[in-house]
Amino acid sequence: MKILIKNGRVIDPANKVDEALDILVEDSKIAQVAKDIKAEAETVIDASAMIVMPGFVDMHVHLREPGREDKETVATGTRAALAGGVTSVLAMPNTQPCPDSTESVELIKNIVANCATCNVFVCGAITKGRKGEEIIDIAKLKKEGVIAISDDGVSVDSDELMLDAFKRAAKEKVVVICHSEDRKLSAGGVVNLGFTSTRMGLRGVSKESEFARVKRDIELAQKTKAVVHIAHVSCKESVGIIAAAKKEGLKVTCETAPHYFALDESAVLGYDTNFKMNPPLRGKDDVKAVKEGLADGTIDAIASDHAPHTENEKEIEFERSEFGVIGLETELSAAITELIESGILKWKDLAEKFALNPARILRIDRGTLGIGAIADIVIFSPKKEWVVQKEKILSKSKNSPFLGKKLKGVVEYTICFGKIVYPFSK
Amino acid sequence: MAAKRLSADVINIATETSSVKKGETLIDTGRNIQALKADIIVMRHNYSGAAVMLARSVDISVVNAGDGWHEHPTQALLDIFTLKEKLGRIEGLNVTIVGDIAHSRVARSNIWGLTKLGARVTVCAPKMLIPPSIEEMGAVVIHDIEEALINADAVNVLRMQFERDSGEAFPQQLEYFKNFGITSERLKKAKKNIIVMHPGPINRGIEMSSEVADGANSVILEQVTNGIAVRMAVLFLVAQARDGNENTN
Repeated sequence: MKILIKNGRVIDPANKVDEALDILVEDSKIAQVAKDIKAEAETVIDASAMIVMPGFVDMHVHLREPGREDKETVATGTRAALAGGVTSVLAMPNTQPCPDSTESVELIKNIVANCATCNVFVCGAITKGRKGEEIIDIAKLKKEGVIAISDDGVSVDSDELMLDAFKRAAKEKVVVICHSEDRKLSAGGVVNLGFTSTRMGLRGVSKESEFARVKRDIELAQKTKAVVHIAHVSCKESVGIIAAAKKEGLKVTCETAPHYFALDESAVLGYDTNFKMNPPLRGKDDVKAVKEGLADGTIDAIASDHAPHTENEKEIEFERSEFGVIGLETELSAAITELIESGILKWKDLAEKFALNPARILRIDRGTLGIGAIADIVIFSPKKEWVVQKEKILSKSKNSPFLGKKLKGVVEYTICFGKIVYPFSK
Repeated sequence: MAAKRLSADVINIATETSSVKKGETLIDTGRNIQALKADIIVMRHNYSGAAVMLARSVDISVVNAGDGWHEHPTQALLDIFTLKEKLGRIEGLNVTIVGDIAHSRVARSNIWGLTKLGARVTVCAPKMLIPPSIEEMGAVVIHDIEEALINADAVNVLRMQFERDSGEAFPQQLEYFKNFGITSERLKKAKKNIIVMHPGPINRGIEMSSEVADGANSVILEQVTNGIAVRMAVLFLVAQARDGNENTN
């Protein structure tokens, strides 16, 4: 089985490639990347005026299965991923059961084997049941294929326990992903603390609840030589703390999500729960800092933090509604619209944030179009525009903050493991 | 009451006795009321933003009668009406709001309304009850009650909800009265004709002394009376706007 991709602008930062080239995919691998490849292929894709990048690695995705199949399933979530150019997702552990034991990881792997249409990597929990009380057996879970651990959605409050987790993770060379939030400081808040919370009459989430914990997590990790990755960075101070840590040579990486660079807190003033997420949308200064952090390399990766919720959980009073928004299908276009159009990132940077860097952070053999690499590829039209419509969303849940927005960049083809998996075959 | 004076047919729905208790969502309740062919919903709700959410979900009119800590527009309108009646104008007045600003929808609506009409608004409370960046709404913050009263043409005293149980820091009742309570002694240092307002119900001896509540400066009962007129006006205008819409359709 051969696929020949002709005349696309191939952007592969791992190999410092950015030029119009052809790519030949043979079976599951990249066989050739060159000008004017003359080869017989079953499928030829004319990628003129299109950009060809390594398939995206989204390291923060909530697939909800097992446990909350009413929100999303592995089948619907991975379809949504493919439509967004995402060929690998890291499935976060806030499922029921949660991947904190061999049995539950097995269960999840079984579902993935039967239902997933893109690569699904499993992120294990840090503590049993994500309760912050007892650390899981990291070595055992690593043998089961778990590549990272996180108590996703909550932070391990005990310094002692977290230090222990970092020690064990360092020994096993497993990445620790931190949802850095001090819940004593965020104390029931639902929007950014400040004018927004005051004007809306809602409890506020201080930025300190985030950056104080970012600081702690980095400090603890440093004592153990563990690899620490900070999830969904939303505020200026966190960006500053991470930049300083990197400057010191500490092993820390981080991600942000499209809503933290595309939207600020003013979006939430109308009480639309599609703008309610944790951490909350922050101020204009913070958005600027996140963009600068992306530009100067402080922020390594863009991840969707895809968090599907049913309408029943979203279309209720603001404070009672769930935190989180979906993002798999819009992340590329949101990034093009907000970061490329304004010149904050170059195309090469985008490929790094979406593919190469997350693959490196997770130490998976993805994120490149080198010869012999696994053929996970996204091909998109950078200038085409589309409007995000609820009816067209593939995710089982429709809680997107970009509904009705016009975005730039349309995914034309997604290739996963050498097969064209998007557009979906009828 | 306002609706009755206008001869509207009124149905009261209290959540304790309605389907809300059985798990019905606000949007479903709204749609049911619409299906009953009501023209206007007047809603008071514990959650901030509930009124706007309901208004987005039904075609009939929604009057916000107070939502969480967010807004209480008719209270602000009746407060402003009372001020105008007593002092003849709003522009240039100094109005001080004393009490739990952080958790007060009355304070927020008064700030919006008064500043829009050109009054200067000062808010006064213990630090823990002043929400962050309230200045951006146009209010000045003064923590000392006597300083906050010195130039005031009117003081609007908020109800202190000591029964609230949110686990957040809250002052002691007697301590509050001592430091922020409106007393005759404090009023003596203020403008002679300062107007004392309160949205009710009053905690006598906590927010203000009985002497002040029943004294010459108090317009508290007039506020209640004006409340009827203002709310009648609101319903009338909303109903008219509805009719207007129907005519143009």
